[in-house]
Amino acid sequence: MTDNPQPGKAFRLLLVLLLSAVAGWLGYAVLALSSSPAGLGEQVATHLDTSGVGNPVTAVLLNFRGYDTLLEMAVLLVALLGVWSLGGITDYRESPPGPVLDTLSRLLVPVLILVAAYLLWVGADAPGGAFQAGSVLGAAGVLLLLSGWRLGNRFAGLLLRVVLVLGLGLFVIAGTGLFLIGGAFLEYPPSLAGGLILLVEAAATMTIGATLAALFLGNRPRVEPGKVDQDK
Amino acid sequence: MSYVFLYALLGVGLFVLGLYALIIHAHLLRKILAINVMGTGVFLVLVALAARHPDAPPDPVPHAMVITGIVVAVSATALALILMLKVYAVTGKAELHDGKPD
Repeated sequence: MTDNPQPGKAFRLLLVLLLSAVAGWLGYAVLALSSSPAGLGEQVATHLDTSGVGNPVTAVLLNFRGYDTLLEMAVLLVALLGVWSLGGITDYRESPPGPVLDTLSRLLVPVLILVAAYLLWVGADAPGGAFQAGSVLGAAGVLLLLSGWRLGNRFAGLLLRVVLVLGLGLFVIAGTGLFLIGGAFLEYPPSLAGGLILLVEAAATMTIGATLAALFLGNRPRVEPGKVDQDK
Repeated sequence: MSYVFLYALLGVGLFVLGLYALIIHAHLLRKILAINVMGTGVFLVLVALAARHPDAPPDPVPHAMVITGIVVAVSATALALILMLKVYAVTGKAELHDGKPD
């Protein structure tokens, strides 16, 4: 399995002792938190009605801490660019899917898309939201890729790239637009907040789903020359 | 003392277990998996501690951080895996060379 010599017994014993001390120390730190005052939950609860959504987690993600989510979309895009610029996986064999995977993916993918749309919609008032919906979409994409499906030439060029930057792009456009009409960056006016959040979330869902599936594939989809109809 | 601290201590345990595997294994895939286990421990601690006040509803801010963190962890893992494959393609081993001559 490995050419390196395995770490010796004395080393392992010392490591276990040290890590036990770390575990005890971290455990003590966790237990010692019990008497500290509540976090930001109360502040979130008092400002929830200005956020445009009823689910506190969505309110924090898309409104109060919008910066975090914005930068998180950027991290997703940069990770994908990193994977693509490293050239992807060059030598991997594809095996044809078995009948179970083939049938199951046909049945499941439409359901997964429906579930993603539901999660996105319900995220305004109940647990759910862009990340959960995007992960479900990504899982649907992985299922399709496993069963041998690939993006057609028509979609693999410009359209795929647009979808991949849509989440980040719309977020930045919404933030900058609000900045230009007189607010602060990403400071939604309460009357518009609900609609804006849904719009940004819908874009983020598609981007997260497409990015996760693309990360799973590892390779940048090729546009065959000669048959290019959208990408130049 | 409530069940919340049971989950938090479980998270601490996962973190330390992952740290042990990270140090002891040379294979890069095992290291990547170990970092993921450590991250899961951190997420468990955050989610558990968000609910540590029995009267108040759970604090949504750590929950939002964990949701963001999960997606970042997935994309970082994908990048780490492709780097590992590139190391394997160049050196024939999925391990990092420690600079000593063979």
